[in-house]
Amino acid sequence: MSTDVIAARGLTKRYGEATVVDGIDFAVTKGEIFGLLGPNGAGKTTTILMMLGLTEVSAGSVQVLGCDPAREPLAVKRRVGYLPDSVGFYDHLTATENLAYTARLMGITAAERPQRIHDALARAHLLDVADKRVATFSRGMRQRLGLAEIVMKRAEIAILDEPTSGLDPQATVEFLELIKELKSEHVTVLLSSHLLDQVQRICDRVALFQVGRIVLLGSVTELARQVLGAGFVVEVEAEPAPGTELESRLHAVPGVSTVMRTGHDRYRLTADRDVRPEAARAVVAANGALRRLSVDEPSLEAIYARFFQNQPSGNAGVRDAA
Amino acid sequence: MRREGSPWQGFGAVFLKELADHLASARMRVLEWLVVLTAMAALYSAIDRLRETTAEDPFLLLRLFTVNRPPLPSFVAILGFLIPLMAIGLGFDSINSEHNRRTLSRVLAQPIYRDALLAGKFVAGLATLAVSLLCLWLLVVGLGVFLLGVPPGGEEIVRSLVFLLVTLAYAGVWLALAMLLSIVFRSAATAALVALGLWLFLAVLWPMLAPAIAQIVAPPDLRMQLLGLPTLATLEWQQGLSRISPNHLFGEVVLAILSPATRSLGPIFIDQLQGAVIGAPLPLGESLMIAWPQTVGLIAGMIVLFVASYVVFQRQEVRA
Repeated sequence: MSTDVIAARGLTKRYGEATVVDGIDFAVTKGEIFGLLGPNGAGKTTTILMMLGLTEVSAGSVQVLGCDPAREPLAVKRRVGYLPDSVGFYDHLTATENLAYTARLMGITAAERPQRIHDALARAHLLDVADKRVATFSRGMRQRLGLAEIVMKRAEIAILDEPTSGLDPQATVEFLELIKELKSEHVTVLLSSHLLDQVQRICDRVALFQVGRIVLLGSVTELARQVLGAGFVVEVEAEPAPGTELESRLHAVPGVSTVMRTGHDRYRLTADRDVRPEAARAVVAANGALRRLSVDEPSLEAIYARFFQNQPSGNAGVRDAA
Repeated sequence: MRREGSPWQGFGAVFLKELADHLASARMRVLEWLVVLTAMAALYSAIDRLRETTAEDPFLLLRLFTVNRPPLPSFVAILGFLIPLMAIGLGFDSINSEHNRRTLSRVLAQPIYRDALLAGKFVAGLATLAVSLLCLWLLVVGLGVFLLGVPPGGEEIVRSLVFLLVTLAYAGVWLALAMLLSIVFRSAATAALVALGLWLFLAVLWPMLAPAIAQIVAPPDLRMQLLGLPTLATLEWQQGLSRISPNHLFGEVVLAILSPATRSLGPIFIDQLQGAVIGAPLPLGESLMIAWPQTVGLIAGMIVLFVASYVVFQRQEVRA
């Protein structure tokens, strides 16, 4: 596909006997936010380093923007921005000086440098601390400075390794907003994380890593369907008209796989999509009194937990998800 | 598999940043003051002594470097001892600090090769040392003119400049060693301790050990011993072993360059000296010939150590 900016085929990394990344295949499409998910030590960072040509590939291949990072690392690194896990800066330099150094390494001309540094700092909301030494920066500010570097580079792909780990909730929200801004500028974002709800909030597609393999790949909804059987849980609270019953009618709604009666007037539907409008219509058609209708989107957390529990999928899992 | 792009890309940026860091660092300032103050003390006492013999000496400026007055050692002896300390101070944390500050992967994710980072750091360290040595040299020459009142001759200036270059090569050996250790050991403290240990071993212990080992390898001939003369084989072993230490090589070069009367750095027989006017100075070219093998040895040592660090660094994993 011509729109794939990253394509890995049978990508493998071995350290001696240990296989850290074991023949993974995936493709990232231009402009999407792609999440690499998995517990620590599952091979996410190694995969990222192979994409940047910072560590050698043992077998298989990876193409980034049509280049092989092992053969043409400079061409790849010129167009890809990387924010490492718990990024570090030179503490004795100011934010501006730190960016000026990397700008020089990137080969940005001296005439262009001040403007691009200024713009990048503005984007990362760091202008007021531009001339403070990085030693005084909080972790969230350092992460934002790392993102400013990627902005300054005008990277086509931003690779972020655990960008929000260790940030407080406020800083996390701000950081995720910045990532979304990148996406709106058609930057492809590759994000590795073990913090599931954040990944779910911003990623278009995710790849789930387990001991060096990608065990699941797709959008969250797809994964939910695959792992949990059905992704959406719709709660209906409705009083059936006397003499009628709702359960079979709700069951007849297209997309609904199971209906459970959880109380006198409560029903829990599991479905492969959001079936609230159809459910409402069904209740009203049966002259029932609809009181409440709510939906729980499938959570990655549940998918993750379910997958690693290695249990057959069923209703129990869906109930946990809700 | 051929790499695309130049390995020098980013070299200038790394070089300038490291140079600025070195020149501004408190560590460098302390080391410079240490060297300057001890060197000045040695110089001052040397000048004191030289005043007595000013009229007789054609190489007064060079004497400034080499003359000592107990208890202080000569200026070059102090340099030979302290320059490794300065070089180690500049190099012992050059790569492992990037690891520990977690800046390495970020910097290497920029469009540069590792070559540029390593070479930039090394050359910046060397440039810092060159600047400090040049200042020290100017200080010595200036003080010499000021306190002795005798302008230096052309040959003296050339000889002392050659000395400056050799000193730089000597410093380069220690800088390359310190950088190698900074790559091998992830902890800066370990790298510093190992470097300082090697420095003390080669500067203090090795000169004592070399003769002992030579005696074991080539036991002295009894007949020569009875005559009160050293055995040639033992002497050669001793010299060969001593020359493993860069300090010894540096000392020999300094002797040949700064004392124009030096005719040989190894053992010499009486019959080889037939017709020689003992104590007469050699021309500059001849002195350089004598010092050449040692100088090449120092430069080669620097290159070998740098290549070793290059190889280790290229194979090292980036992730912390």
